[in-house]
Amino acid sequence: MDVTVNKPACVGAGQCALVAGELFDQDDDGIVIMLKPTIGPSDEATVRRAATLCPARAIRIAE
Amino acid sequence: MPSGARSEVLIVGASVAGLSTAGTLRDEGFPGGITMIGDEDALPYGRPPLSKQILSGEWPIDESALCTPAELDRLGIRLVRGTAAVSLDPSERVVTTASGDDMRYGTLVVATGASARRPPYGDGLGGVHCLRTRADATALRADLATARHAVVAGAGVLGSEIAAGLRKLGLAVTLVGRSPELRLAQAGALLSPLIARLHREHGVDLRLGEEVVALRGADRVSAARLSGGDVIETDLVVAAIGCVPNTGWLSSSGLDVSNGVVCDSAGRAAPGVFAAGDVAAWTDPATGIPARVGHQLNAAEQAQIVARTIATGAVPTAQPVPFFWSELFGTKIQVFGRCDGVSLDTIAGDTSSGRFVAAVQRDGVVTGIVGWNMPRDFRIARERVGRPAEGLDRSRQRVH
Ligand SMILES: Cc1cc2nc3c(=O)[nH]c(=O)nc-3n(C[C@H](O)[C@H](O)[C@H](O)COP(=O)(O)OP(=O)(O)OC[C@H]3O[C@@H](n4cnc5c(N)ncnc54)[C@H](O)[C@@H]3O)c2cc1C
Ligand code: SF4
Repeated sequence: MDVTVNKPACVGAGQCALVAGELFDQDDDGIVIMLKPTIGPSDEATVRRAATLCPARAIRIAE
Repeated sequence: MPSGARSEVLIVGASVAGLSTAGTLRDEGFPGGITMIGDEDALPYGRPPLSKQILSGEWPIDESALCTPAELDRLGIRLVRGTAAVSLDPSERVVTTASGDDMRYGTLVVATGASARRPPYGDGLGGVHCLRTRADATALRADLATARHAVVAGAGVLGSEIAAGLRKLGLAVTLVGRSPELRLAQAGALLSPLIARLHREHGVDLRLGEEVVALRGADRVSAARLSGGDVIETDLVVAAIGCVPNTGWLSSSGLDVSNGVVCDSAGRAAPGVFAAGDVAAWTDPATGIPARVGHQLNAAEQAQIVARTIATGAVPTAQPVPFFWSELFGTKIQVFGRCDGVSLDTIAGDTSSGRFVAAVQRDGVVTGIVGWNMPRDFRIARERVGRPAEGLDRSRQRVH
């Protein structure tokens, strides 16, 4: 699964870090950071959930 | 009605609420057609940067886009831009557009948001602006080149952000607010002293408890008269005096649009009709009172609830918790939950350092969290909402 984060779109709401703290964190400005360079199959559902919850649609999944 | 139309979802309004509805429908596996119509010419975009990075010139205007045409294609979402809906017949399930087309639907989602409230002064005068749309932002940016002094009318969060943005650009700024306090979303006046301090530290001339009553100028504004009698020379006026829900097109629909589109607590306005975002007034199950909320995350969360209800038929139980953030002079302010309490108890950082997280409590329960330049600690503290307030560190100072 190919996941990218669109930092300019990120509004720092932290939804991603709240539901998938092992995959996403926020920098000191609250902007999303991806913690893992690649997303394995076991993380896919979690990523999808974070992407869905992200109010800015800043987490993009390309299949 | 053409067969199959009942599986079609029509979304009116192509912004955060509309796009989140469409995206979540697909995430939930909705197989039917999705059409979204919006009266703006631009692709769906986010408004928050308009008063922040775009006003200050840090971002080009296109950075506010929320999606690309390719993404819409991939998700199978048909977007009709530059087209306004002008009426709705909910019994026939038909929306009529300005170009006279009748669009039939199975389920309708009203996501037409709100428009800036126009001020009663300055009609036809140059240099007078509102800020709600990309077009507004472009016009305001174009007018900045020659401006030296700005009067910002309205001391809510948008007025504060615009004042901060214009200061950053080097303009002299007078911020005029009718109420004696600076208000910030659901935190109300709780943060007023801190926000007032930020403005003053950055050289904003704060005029609280006053109003702009009239403007002077030949072609372009040259001065603003305040209710207190002062006349302020200015070449730019930005009115941020609230917004009104876009329900005009629903006036003959029979829907209750007395204060936005009145809905039950799951966004249902009528059989086959939902509403989400700034246009919607969902009923609070606790109080039974419908209320509009003007924040982006609320728009996205309501849209997700509506989309799930449409896609799965399951009626949601969770209510969105209000969340709001803003940025003033580089200070990131975040508010989660309800903050109608009277005091703030700091739980991380401290107010004098300009970085803190604080809890608001009511009847011994944490109802809201305020973050001030500490986004990560704020996020962790959010989990305290709804829990007993006992855990709060009583030895920490109170904000006021
Ligand atoms: C300058 C600015 C800064 C903001 N900053 C923040 C912030 O920092 N944090 C925050 O949480 N919120 C912020 N907000 C509020 C946030 O932008 C709104 O809550 C959000 O845009 C609501 O989304 P929506 O989709 O419900 O409505 P809107 O964004 O208002 O979109 C509705 C869309 O429907 C269209 N439309 C209206 N009538 C019709 C019709 N009859 N037919 C077709 N289309 C129609 C409109 O043109 C518009 O494109 C800000 C708002 C502004 C204006
Ligand atoms: S949920 Fe989206 S907007 Fe919020 S921090 Fe994560 S990426 Fe940014």
